Amino acid sequence: MSKKDKLWYGFIIAALILPCIPGVIGGSFFGHVATMILLYAAMAQSWNIISGYGGQVSFGHSVFFGIGAYGAALAVVTCNTLPWYGAPIGMLAAAAVSIFISYPCFRLKGHYFAIATFAIVEIFNRLFMIWDAVGGALGLDYPILPDGWLNFSWSNTKTGYYLGALAIFLLVFGVVRWIEKHRLGYYLLAVREGQETAESLGVNSTFVKLGAMAISAAFAALCGAFFAQYNYRVDPPMVMSLDMSMKFVLITILGGIGTFWGPFLGALVLIPLQEYTRAYLSFLGAGMDLIIFGLIIIVVMIKEPKGIMGLLGYFVKKKQNDETNGPEEKGADR
Amino acid sequence: MSNFLQVLIDGILSGLLYALVAAGLSMIWGVMDVINFAHGEFLMVAMYICYWMGFMLGLDPIFTWIASGIFLFILGGLTYKWVIKRSLGKAAMAPLLATFGLSMLLKNFCMNRFSPNFRLLSGTLLDGRTFEIGGAIVSVPQLVTGLFSLAIIGALYYLIKKTRLGWAIQATAMDKEAAELMGIDTEKIYLLVFGLGGACVGIAGGLMTTYLAVHPEVGSLFSLIAFVVVALGGFGSIPGALFAAILIGLVESFTGFYVAAVLKYVAVFAIYLLVILVRPKGLFGW
Repeated sequence: MSKKDKLWYGFIIAALILPCIPGVIGGSFFGHVATMILLYAAMAQSWNIISGYGGQVSFGHSVFFGIGAYGAALAVVTCNTLPWYGAPIGMLAAAAVSIFISYPCFRLKGHYFAIATFAIVEIFNRLFMIWDAVGGALGLDYPILPDGWLNFSWSNTKTGYYLGALAIFLLVFGVVRWIEKHRLGYYLLAVREGQETAESLGVNSTFVKLGAMAISAAFAALCGAFFAQYNYRVDPPMVMSLDMSMKFVLITILGGIGTFWGPFLGALVLIPLQEYTRAYLSFLGAGMDLIIFGLIIIVVMIKEPKGIMGLLGYFVKKKQNDETNGPEEKGADR
Repeated sequence: MSNFLQVLIDGILSGLLYALVAAGLSMIWGVMDVINFAHGEFLMVAMYICYWMGFMLGLDPIFTWIASGIFLFILGGLTYKWVIKRSLGKAAMAPLLATFGLSMLLKNFCMNRFSPNFRLLSGTLLDGRTFEIGGAIVSVPQLVTGLFSLAIIGALYYLIKKTRLGWAIQATAMDKEAAELMGIDTEKIYLLVFGLGGACVGIAGGLMTTYLAVHPEVGSLFSLIAFVVVALGGFGSIPGALFAAILIGLVESFTGFYVAAVLKYVAVFAIYLLVILVRPKGLFGW
């Protein structure tokens, strides 16, 4: 059985087992944390497509996330219909906006690209703040809706949200696995490692990068739509801010950028940490959770910038070396 | 006409302040190719230092900027030693994200200790002083800050262009290994550059306390503007930073007055994007 097959079986098993957990979840805090882990893992993985595999580090993903969130919220609050219509429209809009933005910005290199994406977040944030049709700075507040899948809202239990997050998680991770093993993934890696070389071999780098960006933005928007449903409100600082953008980045980097499991591992560590410190350290005063958060980020970046995947890789390699008694391998291991 | 003059003066004065905030960032970026994400939080720390010195000891920020400059020089050096040096060269974004962690730490530490309240020193030597030129009102604290900015940027420019130390910094920026072969201690240069970057923002923060309120979020907007100024000016170019900062200040004040106050930062970032798309390395970049 090849490695790839094992992973797909793992996926099927996970898809069968994970939905059984909600019996335990109900309306508990644990259910909230589990839902957030799956959601943030999916968000980080969507970012990982363009920034990890594609090497174009974007700090602008909260724009796409926000467009998705507003898509779902506008459908419910303004148009009085179902979020199911708003979410796909938001995804399409996010993909379109991402292409419109990225086409010129992909010409910028390194830090210039990063700062351009900061500027884009600020522009969108401020425009949404004054745009009355989307609620301006007040944002959009959901009315009380009946529970159920139709409105994608539940008031007493987290089970529905958990299942929704799980579906998004499986969708995003499945698509990324597919990309990884198909032409688009290989092209992306080739562009990341050397754009000129890839082009000389006949890869249309612009097309590849734009395609990856559009997929990435659409998934970020899907997560945003879920986030709007879960929080029952949307406003620009919440969904369309640099802080939100940094969450995409930090989770992936902590787990391991450009790796398949990195986003999941990052979310698995960071989200419980964030939620539990917020819940249990609040007696120490405001901001304590974020102080610890900041400290962890510094330590990780100093000690192991490849993240948890880098740590795991180190152990795996050590074990292999012990088994073969060979000399320690040097060089790139990504 | 006096409106126009007023808007022009306001734009130039805030531009000069941005230039001082951005100068340190630009130098760090130019020499080490590192973005110090905690730059805005350094500014906030400097403001808190001067605020507390003014509030508790009654010292005026027009003098205490020296103290905050020195403190931030040390903080910059320590940041290099403890954070940047250890994350440099490991992964492309590692120093940036490490300093992002530092910015979160500093911002929330101040939030935790000093509450999110706005604090403004009143009754300082320059407080509320203004004079008039051709119908336009010039605020003295802002003018003093602007002149200080020009002087410090001039000194920095002189240091880099005319002194042996400055040549060593330039050599390190151009080719680190070649500079080492010529006997330059690049470690020391990096440390010094980070310290100087901190000192610039420390002085800026100290002077800003004469007319701006300090709160834990004050650094966020300034750091974003400083990033834009540096990238617009072209990395490492001090005259570029000065020119870009004044341009940004003017765009901000003219849009704020003639279009709408809420749109001024949209215009700032949009102008930045437009320029950077035409000249991807910034106005003075090479």
